[in-house]
Amino acid sequence: MNPDTPLLELICPAGSLPALKTAVDQGADGVYLGLKDNTNARNFAGLNFDEKSLKEGIRYAQGKRRKVLMALNTYPQPDTLPRWHRAVDTAASLGVDAVILADPGLMAYARKTHPELRLHLSVQGSATSYEAINFYRERFGIQRAVLPRVLSLAQVENVVANTPVEIELFGFGGLCVMVEGRCLLSSYACGDSPNTFGACSPGHAVRWDQTPQGMETRLNGVLIDRYADDEKAGYPTLCKGRFEVQGETYYALEEPTSLNSLEMLPDMARLGIAAIKIEGRQRSPAYVAQVTRVWRAAIDAVKAHPDTFRPNPAWMAELAKVSEGSMNTLGAYYRPWK
Amino acid sequence: MLLALGPLLYYWSREDTLDFYGQAANWPVDSVYLGETVCSRRHLLRLPDWLELAGKLADAGKQVVLSSQTLIESESDLKALRKLVSWAGAEAGRSHRFLVEANEWGAVRLLAEAGLPFVAGPTLNVYNPDTLALLAEMGAVRWVPPVEMPRTMLGPMAVPAGMETEVFAWGRLPLAFSARCFTARHYNLQKDDCQFRCLDHPDGLVLRSREGEDFLAINGIQTQSAKVMQLAHRLDELHHAGVTGLRLSPQSRHMARVVAIHRALLDGHLAPADSPASLAACRAAPSCDGYWSGQAGMASSLSA
Repeated sequence: MNPDTPLLELICPAGSLPALKTAVDQGADGVYLGLKDNTNARNFAGLNFDEKSLKEGIRYAQGKRRKVLMALNTYPQPDTLPRWHRAVDTAASLGVDAVILADPGLMAYARKTHPELRLHLSVQGSATSYEAINFYRERFGIQRAVLPRVLSLAQVENVVANTPVEIELFGFGGLCVMVEGRCLLSSYACGDSPNTFGACSPGHAVRWDQTPQGMETRLNGVLIDRYADDEKAGYPTLCKGRFEVQGETYYALEEPTSLNSLEMLPDMARLGIAAIKIEGRQRSPAYVAQVTRVWRAAIDAVKAHPDTFRPNPAWMAELAKVSEGSMNTLGAYYRPWK
Repeated sequence: MLLALGPLLYYWSREDTLDFYGQAANWPVDSVYLGETVCSRRHLLRLPDWLELAGKLADAGKQVVLSSQTLIESESDLKALRKLVSWAGAEAGRSHRFLVEANEWGAVRLLAEAGLPFVAGPTLNVYNPDTLALLAEMGAVRWVPPVEMPRTMLGPMAVPAGMETEVFAWGRLPLAFSARCFTARHYNLQKDDCQFRCLDHPDGLVLRSREGEDFLAINGIQTQSAKVMQLAHRLDELHHAGVTGLRLSPQSRHMARVVAIHRALLDGHLAPADSPASLAACRAAPSCDGYWSGQAGMASSLSA
């Protein structure tokens, strides 16, 4: 491994300028953000950056020697390709530290037009093997890849051993049970796909109805879940609903739960994982503050004492408070989850 | 317009699988895709078995395409992929009858390195002409757009000269892939000890909303639509959008009839408008065609 490779950089979500400043103030090594349109995978009303807030965000973060990574991680389409190109140009001209891309055509553009611009492979690129990652490395010179949340830790280790590309892993936040970039459930139910529209289970398709049977949540008319009075209703992300299969009603795909891999930090340090990504650009600055603070402390602790590191119960309690459904999982990192 | 029998997405017994392809040798399709694309644990047919089938189908005049696994997780997955590519390379020396379908970018890398022509599968996420041009340069001779691509996106796509465009036109739509096996989960089994329960569900396991609406179908680590995608009635639009081939996805029953109806359609013996009536009896579930018209995939312009 290259001695200049970073170790366990903490990369935090910035859905807005206040969230960005909070993340920086609480100790993020870098933030990731997107523009106010479908060029990124968190295309939600009221989120993200225009050119003015982007400039201010870059000034603020880089002024404190933190990095700004810009996600342009949806797939450009024939009619709108120029908009993605302009977004890459904007990122380069404003001096972001890297762009996070999923589409090979867009990487080719970035490489050719802005050879100095650092490229990261987005989780939306669905690269789960070193052969795929090395493809992007050879063709476009990517320097970091974010792995989909599907590999066990042993499988991650095998990837790391066979590529010079830095590896970034998800540490905490909403959990995609499907391979990112390979999930069309949202477009099947409501027409908007993460790949092209930049959102899953989008707000405009959601309906909440209080009925005699309980609170019902729907996505474009499809009943995703129904909650008894003593249950807390959650956002109808469609892979986290309760469905019926062969007469049994249960969370057939995944429970409403968050990923929390904090206890695996010593392994991640040992593997030389370059960065840990915190999910949640759609969440509030308060969430960003809480999660960043805990992960900063945990990463500092594991770097100081890798052999004796234990997750502090106070950290875990703090994280549980902001988890979806107040539940945590190790996800695919822990093989029996599969 | 060519007719293709897509890769078998389900796990059938060895006998049923061999029987299916024995029949397919006599069906009026131009291409047949073979191989396991969903789960590496499915082993009733191994690569040598698929290769033997490939030979038989090629002898029957079919263009054979070996499809690669979509989700690569382990070193043994990569080994299987390399074997497939090296076999294709060895065959290329003898004849050019076989192609490989690349279903993730690692396969693209290996095929390009070996200098082999290939089919760019639907999970490569090709949404724009730049990415398609890159694939052409690397050796793709055919591409399958993502199943969610509407005709208004496909129409303006600049397709490189000589590149074929094959569209998913029949079957439950492959929508998502996961590290988790949902069939094993349904039976409270670990994936590593799944007892191969997929064998009991030759067309997937239907997942319904709590109002009894058929919504999705579970097929191991793959999630499909419960509804059957059907595009025969939109043949004119398909032509107009530059489509050169239709992919029919295997199902356990009535497949010969599905093929025959599409053949009649392409040969002009069946009017597109009459196809829904003919195909209705071939479906185990209602149809959908929403993706093609830019709506929710589950939407349907057909009644029932």
